[in-house]
Amino acid sequence: MERKLTNDLVIERIKGQFGSDILSVETPYDLITMEVSSNKMHEIVDWLKKDETLKIAFLTNLGGVHYPEQKGREFAIVYHLQSMMNNFRIRLKAYVPIENPEIDSLVDIYVGANWMERETYDFYGIIFKGHPNLTRILNEDSMDYFPMRKEYRLEDETREDKDDTFFGR
Amino acid sequence: MSTWEEEKIHDGGIYESSLDTIDGSIATLNLGPTHPATHGIFQNVLKVDGEKILSSEQTIGYIHRAFEKIAERRPYYQLTTLTDRLNYCSSPINNIGYLMTVEKLIGIEIPKRAQYMRVIIMELARISDHLVCNAVIGVDTGALTGFTYLFQQREKIYDLFEEVCGARLTTNIGRIGGFERDFSPAFHEKLKAFLKDFPTVFNEFDTLLSRNRIFMDRTRGAGPISAERALEYSFTGPNLRAAGVDYDVRVMEPYCSYEDFDFDVPVGTTGDTYDRFQVRQEEIRQSLRIIHQAYDKLPEGDYKADVPEFYLPPKEEVYNNMEALIFHFKIVMGETPIPVGEVYHCVEGGNGELGFYLISDGGRSPYRLQYRRPCFIYYQAYPEMITGSSISDAVLTLSSMNVIAGELDA
Repeated sequence: MERKLTNDLVIERIKGQFGSDILSVETPYDLITMEVSSNKMHEIVDWLKKDETLKIAFLTNLGGVHYPEQKGREFAIVYHLQSMMNNFRIRLKAYVPIENPEIDSLVDIYVGANWMERETYDFYGIIFKGHPNLTRILNEDSMDYFPMRKEYRLEDETREDKDDTFFGR
Repeated sequence: MSTWEEEKIHDGGIYESSLDTIDGSIATLNLGPTHPATHGIFQNVLKVDGEKILSSEQTIGYIHRAFEKIAERRPYYQLTTLTDRLNYCSSPINNIGYLMTVEKLIGIEIPKRAQYMRVIIMELARISDHLVCNAVIGVDTGALTGFTYLFQQREKIYDLFEEVCGARLTTNIGRIGGFERDFSPAFHEKLKAFLKDFPTVFNEFDTLLSRNRIFMDRTRGAGPISAERALEYSFTGPNLRAAGVDYDVRVMEPYCSYEDFDFDVPVGTTGDTYDRFQVRQEEIRQSLRIIHQAYDKLPEGDYKADVPEFYLPPKEEVYNNMEALIFHFKIVMGETPIPVGEVYHCVEGGNGELGFYLISDGGRSPYRLQYRRPCFIYYQAYPEMITGSSISDAVLTLSSMNVIAGELDA
């Protein structure tokens, strides 16, 4: 199916609305990737859903990424949204610091965000403010760490029977 | 006032009901984790009043295997085995979806023949996925015959996978750049036999259930969801189409030359169990149409792209040829440079949009690989869909949503 919206048009329209809250725009592999202020994410997603031209009203995916070496912006929360009417996709990112990993929950806009946010909390410890039931979902409740953070290596580091010096495993 | 109303639970996981109680006493029923009716390991704690469900609380994660974490440690070519185990009813779609994501990241162009081969394999996988789901809906309504009859045909599809990759269930089919080998003569024979025999068996199954009065009475109106609600819940795939939204990744964003083929996207109207059943039935027919077209027009050419940096060379060349040995070494040791970047690619899986969000930092394994698992996303609507219905309808709703524990828990 043909695309009705072009990247430039969408970027222009969103920038016109939110201006300084759009921190950077890239289009890797022809997909708009916008970094936005974390406190504006909720408002932007809400606006995208209601906007008559863009009609970006479907939350495709939501997840976290951990960048331990970026001080002050350790966690990226990545939202993939799409417009089924216009056959158009967009990726939004917000960075939050590890000391205070908080962002507004999208559950009031998309009910489907519920479990996706719980999963992100479960694995990264990102707090979604306003979420009705922010508890662990896949891991066990008594777990006291967030396993997808980069400081947790996959294998037990005390093991001595495996040498990864040369092969990196 | 019943005890249930007193303990108001404001919770996203627990769905509240304002139904009047039937006999005034509320019972708690554990549906799962291991229960013959759940077809997978997940738990539902139901609050029931007589036979009516008042609320449901889901517990998932029983077979969580940390695939996203493991993916950050393994080289790219070793990750296909993880994707097998997501939706294990249609592993080849997951495999090929993942491989296409990596190919998109690297920028590999796949020969037309390999693309058509992939289409044939993926549509066979879709048929086997939908066959299981629909046959199980039959079982849950009390019709075991169709199930045993259709599973014979599913075995035939697995025989076909075996001819291509050597495995049946967890296929690990394909390589970055195409396939490990061309279709063998036995594959061609078996595929022709399958295309000849299957429609007869399938139509018999269809006549057994599709217009069966008992089956229709049993499934119509069971576990419905409206299109608006389904979109709110980010439904995709047959479940969304049953609710009346004609969204299909194969049509919206064609990959693997799907634009070359002529097929219809069936939609339902009410999003109930009967619609989901019918949408899957029709998709099986459409998949057959696609396979016929792809097989008839199967182009000449190579079954793999010319990418020696990523595609393991044949063993005899490794032993006799310097270049092949170097490439083999580099691939196995993870020395091949991979572009830095992030890419999202999705395919139409058995249950909906199966997406891969891959971030590469140029290292030998992905920096982050996230799977968009359609099951995980739409299963959260389950409490809403069954509240107010009977337990037997809840079981039907579950099987018709085709919740696969592997995909649910990653």
